Amino acid sequence: MPVRQQILYLWLTESALDTETVAWAFHDGCEGRGPTLPEGKPPYPTGLAALTDGWCLLQSVPPRPLESGSEHEPGPLLNEFVFERRVDLGDD
Amino acid sequence: MPADDYRLTTREIARFAADGYLRFDGLVPSELNEAVVERLGPMASVKISQALGVLSDQDIGARPVSRTPLSECYPDPSPIGGFLRLPQVQGIIRSLVGDDPFFDHDFVHVLSGGSTYLQHLHMDAITDSNDPTFDIQLFYFPRAVHTGGTRFVPGSHLRRVRPEQVARYQHIAGEEFYEGEAGTVLVFHHGLWHAGQPNPGEETRWMYKIRLNPRVPQVRLWNTDDFEAVHNDPSDHTFATMRVDSVANSLRQLQPWQQGHEGRIELVQRARLWRYLSGDPTYDADYYLTRLEDRAELLGEDEN
Repeated sequence: MPVRQQILYLWLTESALDTETVAWAFHDGCEGRGPTLPEGKPPYPTGLAALTDGWCLLQSVPPRPLESGSEHEPGPLLNEFVFERRVDLGDD
Repeated sequence: MPADDYRLTTREIARFAADGYLRFDGLVPSELNEAVVERLGPMASVKISQALGVLSDQDIGARPVSRTPLSECYPDPSPIGGFLRLPQVQGIIRSLVGDDPFFDHDFVHVLSGGSTYLQHLHMDAITDSNDPTFDIQLFYFPRAVHTGGTRFVPGSHLRRVRPEQVARYQHIAGEEFYEGEAGTVLVFHHGLWHAGQPNPGEETRWMYKIRLNPRVPQVRLWNTDDFEAVHNDPSDHTFATMRVDSVANSLRQLQPWQQGHEGRIELVQRARLWRYLSGDPTYDADYYLTRLEDRAELLGEDEN
């Protein structure tokens, strides 16, 4: 039974999982043969909405101490949450 | 652009400081667009060969070397030079990087109809210094683009990232996919995140890109007729009293992906950029910098 992984990245406005999605990415190990994302941009309005649709949280970024001198310099999007969904492709 | 010399207004420069780009639709006349397209074909061949490490022996005439004053690049007769010397284009260049910036490099982006070539999101060159000076890049589309051309992320220009770090963002709320009429020019701050996109149409898609380095401080180079009217003092503060007609209010216009508390950090960066552009070291928007910088002085006054 081949099990494939789907990965969903959500970047949220704040560090809480129930805040709004501002960016997203989807990587499909099923190559289109598994479930797809909901229609809409973004596909989930919050990280919590992804959980309720069956996604499992793999990783979130813990808050880090600020580095003196760069407190006010924005960089990559901060609040990155990574989800996975394992899909059984049956007798594929 | 109301000025006789086509320099930009303070409001336009404030929008550039906030969004990291400006857009000028149909700026270049159609006869020049077609002449430029004729030129871009052989130029693309040479440029792409060179980018792949192969020197082409194709003769496409004199090509400028980096650090050539722009006024000496592509002398007449030259369609590229004709574009660069259009009064409207000169007004844009002069407003942002001065009268005669250095040529950094240029490139031709060409994508055949039906191409599925997809770039990851990136910023050009390498991570830049954290001073407020900046280069500009002109993205000139001599033919109409009807189906999803260059992808870019408004407001991303002041983020300090490694160029490849942003490739992970497949979709960002508020991002744009350029479409527009022939002769349109996008003017980017060098830090703006962008990426080429597939060409599902039938027509070949052309884009000429040129990067320019300023040789003078980029302070009030534009048409400042409206400067005093819109340049605010540091008390312009959303949570106290605010103006709706000020530069600060232009800088406050955050993108859909810049919501939450981090939007305030974004605003601080824009205020720093405006300090440089305006030559006003006390400039602020929503009091974030002033509060921190003046605390020691305020405490001193209390002791007196």
